[in-house]
Amino acid sequence: MKAHTDKTYDLQLEDLRNKLLTLGGNVETEIATSMRALTERDSKLAETVSGQDREVNRLEIEIDEACRRLLVLRQPAASDLRFITTALKIVVDLERIGDLAVNIAERAIDLNQSPPLKPIPDLSRLADLGQRQVRAALDAFVEADPDKAEQVIKNDDLLDSLYHNLVNELLALMMEDPRNIRRANSLLFVAKHLERIGDHATNVAEMVIYMVRGTDIRHPGSRVQRK
Amino acid sequence: MRPKVEVRSLNAWFKANHALRNVSLTVPANTVLAIIGPSGCGKTTFVRCLNRMHELVPGACQSGNVLVDGQDLHARRVDPVNLRRRVGMVFQRANPFPTMTIFDNVVAGLKLNGVRGDYPALVEKSLRQAALWDEVKDRLRQSAVSLSGGQQQRLCIARALAVDPEVLLMDEPASALDPIATARIEELIRQLRESLTIVIVTHNMQQAARVSDSTAFFYMGELIEHGPTEQIFTNPRESRTEDYVTGKFG
Repeated sequence: MKAHTDKTYDLQLEDLRNKLLTLGGNVETEIATSMRALTERDSKLAETVSGQDREVNRLEIEIDEACRRLLVLRQPAASDLRFITTALKIVVDLERIGDLAVNIAERAIDLNQSPPLKPIPDLSRLADLGQRQVRAALDAFVEADPDKAEQVIKNDDLLDSLYHNLVNELLALMMEDPRNIRRANSLLFVAKHLERIGDHATNVAEMVIYMVRGTDIRHPGSRVQRK
Repeated sequence: MRPKVEVRSLNAWFKANHALRNVSLTVPANTVLAIIGPSGCGKTTFVRCLNRMHELVPGACQSGNVLVDGQDLHARRVDPVNLRRRVGMVFQRANPFPTMTIFDNVVAGLKLNGVRGDYPALVEKSLRQAALWDEVKDRLRQSAVSLSGGQQQRLCIARALAVDPEVLLMDEPASALDPIATARIEELIRQLRESLTIVIVTHNMQQAARVSDSTAFFYMGELIEHGPTEQIFTNPRESRTEDYVTGKFG
């Protein structure tokens, strides 16, 4: 890519990109850690997630500040403008993913206090898919690859249908034996958190398409036609 | 939208220097066109072709057509002086007539054109249009150079408006002004757009983005891209435009 006449501008943009990638990486780790804490019934591990999340929160603030500084000092246009506004938007989604990982970790700590329910393979599958979606959305951002972003958006349907299967499975468990209700209900929350993680990954992917192509694909039909 | 100014295959030269290369574009009535581009790209030459000021430079010539309301500016029956009344111009440096009063500056064009009428009323109307009336209404008989730079520039705009032009060409009208005076001029451009068609040359890209409906990017005498302003600044089609608006040029 062609460099800016003012080299400091390039360095500031690069710094913003790196911060986002660090934040994205941390969020991925948070999901992986919270799910491992759940499946391996490791409450100590679950407790580390909130510490990881504090780092994510700190980075979110830094990224917001960097974007504001770039907007006011550079008055960016065209691809720079799209990159910076994308950064401002996706940082919110990524931070929310981190929060959801913390919620999963809290559920894990709660569940670990009771004996395990029978293994639920669909839950691991949902977690894998959720993590893959987050990683793919981040890859699409790094590589500025709108095709990859489109794939993320498509795959969200898979995640949704897996989630609905899981809800039915967990409801069946509750009906089978009322003693399952508390634990199955917690797992229902975990499943919901994973489904939401997928939605945030989709938001990131939509913004990547905007960043690269300059077209906003969200909410078709609700755009006001301007003359 | 009705085209007010149509430029077809316009070429301009200063002796051997080919300053404009085959430029074609249309400005609809009651819109603002911003011209951006690096120094020497042909912006000023372009606007000076729109009221036949280019031909005043020794050694300058041009080819192609410029039409205002469908009428070719170079048709034999077009009188350039009368044309410049219809297509007014405001320059980078405020240039009020220094020996004249504020009042006389505003009516200078009218007198020159032999227009008779209620001068005090016309002066008030023009100064109001230029958003200067309240600041000068009590000192119309003072010298124009007693005004601040921003006021002088608005006085020049009032002078241009007094002859009731249909098109207003503005060549860097705010580049020598402070941010407040600049904001006044920009607000004025938005108001004038209701009754006029405006072409503004500017080095300030944020200004182009704020005041114009469409933006044209010139480079080395060529029109590289002309499109809706929002598109030019958020998602230009041409890589040279992208490089220019993002600051990756040269």
